[in-house]
Amino acid sequence: MSLELKDISKSVGGRMQIYPTDLTLQPGTMNVLLGPTLAGKTTLMRLMAGLDKPSTGRVIWNGQDVTDQRVQDRKVAMVYQQFINYPSMSVYDNVASPLRLMGVSRDEIDRRVKATAEMMRLTPMLGRKPLELSGGQQQRCALARALVKGAGLVLLDEPLANLDYKLREELRAEIPRIFEESGAIFVYATTEPEEALLLGGNTATLWEGRVTQFGPTPSVYRAPRDATTARVFSDPPMNFTTVTVSNGRAGIRDAVWSAGDLPNGSYLAGFRPSHLSLHQTPNALPLSAVLDTTEITGAQTFLHLHHEGDRWVGLVNGVHDRDHGQQLTVWLDPAHIYLFRPDGALARSAPYAAAA
Amino acid sequence: MTKITLENLAHSYLPNPTKDSDYALKPMTMTWQDGGAYALLGSSGCGKSTLLNIISGLLVPSQGRILFGDRDVTSLPTADRNIAQVFQFPVVYDTMSVRDNLAFPLRNRGMTETEVAQRVAQVAEMIGMADTLDRRARGLTADAKQKISLGRGMVRQDVNAILFDEPLTVIDPHMKWELRTQLKDLHRQFGHTMIYVTHDQTEALTFADQVVVMYDGRVVQAGTPQALFDAPEHTFVGYFIGSPGMNVIDARIEGATAHVAGGQVRLAHGYDAHPGKVQLGIRPEFLRIAAGDEGLPFTIRRIEDVGHHRILRGRVGDTEVNVIVPEGQPIPEGANRVIPDPAHTHVYVDDWRVAPRASERAA
Amino acid sequence: MDKPVNNRAWFLVLPVLLLVAFSAVLPLMTVVNYAVQDTFGNNQFFWAGLEWFQDVIDSDRIRAALGRQILFSAIILAIEIPLGIFIALNMPKKGAWASFCLVLMALPLLIPWNVVGTIWQVFGRVDIGLLGHTLAKLGIDYNYVNDALDAWVTIIVMDVWHWTSLVALLCYAGLQSIPDAYYQAAKIDQASRWKVFRYIELPKMQGVLLIAVLLRFMDSFMIYTEPFVVTGGGPGNATTFLSIDLVKMAVGQFDLGPAAAFSLIYFLVILLISFVFYTVMTKEQETL
Repeated sequence: MSLELKDISKSVGGRMQIYPTDLTLQPGTMNVLLGPTLAGKTTLMRLMAGLDKPSTGRVIWNGQDVTDQRVQDRKVAMVYQQFINYPSMSVYDNVASPLRLMGVSRDEIDRRVKATAEMMRLTPMLGRKPLELSGGQQQRCALARALVKGAGLVLLDEPLANLDYKLREELRAEIPRIFEESGAIFVYATTEPEEALLLGGNTATLWEGRVTQFGPTPSVYRAPRDATTARVFSDPPMNFTTVTVSNGRAGIRDAVWSAGDLPNGSYLAGFRPSHLSLHQTPNALPLSAVLDTTEITGAQTFLHLHHEGDRWVGLVNGVHDRDHGQQLTVWLDPAHIYLFRPDGALARSAPYAAAA
Repeated sequence: MTKITLENLAHSYLPNPTKDSDYALKPMTMTWQDGGAYALLGSSGCGKSTLLNIISGLLVPSQGRILFGDRDVTSLPTADRNIAQVFQFPVVYDTMSVRDNLAFPLRNRGMTETEVAQRVAQVAEMIGMADTLDRRARGLTADAKQKISLGRGMVRQDVNAILFDEPLTVIDPHMKWELRTQLKDLHRQFGHTMIYVTHDQTEALTFADQVVVMYDGRVVQAGTPQALFDAPEHTFVGYFIGSPGMNVIDARIEGATAHVAGGQVRLAHGYDAHPGKVQLGIRPEFLRIAAGDEGLPFTIRRIEDVGHHRILRGRVGDTEVNVIVPEGQPIPEGANRVIPDPAHTHVYVDDWRVAPRASERAA
Repeated sequence: MDKPVNNRAWFLVLPVLLLVAFSAVLPLMTVVNYAVQDTFGNNQFFWAGLEWFQDVIDSDRIRAALGRQILFSAIILAIEIPLGIFIALNMPKKGAWASFCLVLMALPLLIPWNVVGTIWQVFGRVDIGLLGHTLAKLGIDYNYVNDALDAWVTIIVMDVWHWTSLVALLCYAGLQSIPDAYYQAAKIDQASRWKVFRYIELPKMQGVLLIAVLLRFMDSFMIYTEPFVVTGGGPGNATTFLSIDLVKMAVGQFDLGPAAAFSLIYFLVILLISFVFYTVMTKEQETL
């Protein structure tokens, strides 16, 4: 089972919501749609599900054109940010409801509901009503309802956004297992880069209605095709500064490193907060910045810096509660620096990414 | 600005509480220093909202007193407590301009227009909304609205405390960064007592000087982010703080050695024998993955690459254990062991951390 | 979020369209037909042009009825809207009392118009009515049959009794949608009761208030049954509102031509005033 979007686009009232996009989701893969609110994640999902009709382009399911097919006739399931269950039915009946609509036999329903409940760890709650459950359990119930009918395409639209941090963490760790057991194509929309990384699989980054890159999650993360993708797929946000390259050397002030065979000109250097360090490491360049604020997470410290006009964030291990407003030297290994052209396209990837 | 004292405070939503479990908030005594940045951290239903409502005056506690400075405010209504609050969803007066929103609490207190104008201009500058003062509040983005609610709190100079009730819930991840740092800056500059309620450890730890972790109506630990991370007093704190949380593994302790799932671990100190459920608590950051026969037997189930580190999910015996491996550090071929860092390995008896043997502590 | 467009949905509207065509469009066409023709019996019709319209507009009798009608609607709105808001503000927000109040408020709405008329007709009678008799006993000279003012008061009180609940229930629904945090924020800001109403409750009630005003205006402007049952339009023509006058003209005098022209003008006037209300209030919503 594969899903192919061919040159698909969507505009509403003359406004482009999704620019022409080609995307192929392979059978049995986990696919993350990553982007900020209003980037077009939900719109793209609705096009995949058939809830909306694309303005142009075709949707191909298993080699068959399903663009004009109704949602009801497609094998899709969707889970939303809100916990959507039938409040007056028990969990058992909730999970059984899609099967009853399909006219499955009683025994078969019982078997499948129990198997799904087991997989979602809902077995002890089958007799309860959804509102008697915790938020995490309610969402498990909604997930179970989506999975029970054995849909080939399961769409999850920020399913964990309304849960407590820790519940989110627990359920997120379970989703890959559930996905593997179901064998369906999963599409998972999120605004959080960390969530995309934890889920693995493939990631499509979205920005203002465009899919900027699609590929295996770690490779999109480490080898972004342009500055936009790098910005979307980085939390805390990626740090940027303008640099000049001349004769194969790039420089931020006095810190100079090899830029390979890049032509001379102005570039945008980008590097991730976790690659800034307070300690000198071999090859690292010293950069001078002013410390605005520190935030301590217990294990790590966020350093909020500014370097001339640029605002940077550093994520360093350990607790470093330094005085604010002081001049600070932070160290950066040039192997971790990406160079982008002024139009945003990647000019030179960070050397470490190629090695990883 | 003032010191807040909770004296033997407890609350039950039932009229005649008898058992411990009848209390949404179990008896606690605590002092919040003037000008401190505090976070109340816990999952939903842990009592943190009850406590916040008691401080804000929405609830009168079933027992105990709450003091602002030396003044007993236990039964004082919200309006007379001189506090400010930022809610989960932005609360702004939609039909007013940003300026009128900010001026509202001052005008209600009968301040002259010149004073109001001066103060509003100041606060607008602080929250970075000086350019949008004449815009109508309706139609602004969620983060702008949250800034207005914050500004409405800060506009009164004499406010006793600013309370935050999960204020970043509806804010996009990218904006969360900006608002959080701005909040931190404001706290540093103006030194208001701030109390921040959240279920999100990152928000709590990054915001607060003191984090109060609540579990089942009780304060299980209050301390600096570092203390909570380094030495969780209760397994819940270990689990709740850190991502993933602390690994808790059943063990048998003999002096300075722990026996776990057929393996042995050296501890930094010797421990007395304790009756009850004995467990080791080790954070994923302090487990090292190795191959060989030193340490604890570990089977890897799954590796998650989170960018700046990898999470190895696996098992020690029957217990799920996570290990964090920093970016760039290789995982050895045939990895089958984890080695705990003795300095960061804690012993828990019935979920509470126990100190090493007395003789050693003196040494 | 936009909804999927499916043109087949229009087929579902077809039965309703047919029904409306038979029940509204065809009679309306008949009315238009009558409005521009004259007859001297024998089923012979003559083209009358806009003559009837001219007659209706020039008619003192209809002008007087229109004046009464506008006054009546204005009084009704001026009483029922503020009173409805006031009641809604003072209804309990939750609990058993809230349900009780809701049922109590809904009761008058469930009584058929003619029954309401009859109830008040009896209620106000001086000889046997509880109200009329009590007033008479108290020495108040009250008689809605003879006194124009008394007739007006009776009909207005009756309408207020019948319809204020509708306004109150709509406002109550609007108030229920305001999250508690708003009230709490207002307390913290030390806002007075009036300011809470002005800046929190009123803005959140805007939408339902618009509906309430439109419904109550249209309904009161077309009022027929109740005054017809209670006063029959009297004493004299004191409570002869437009629709009563219209029926008198069409059924009583069988002046079909003028009556038809009259109904068309009547219809246009309601449409126009409703439109004005709608525009003004939605605009206000933006500026309030």
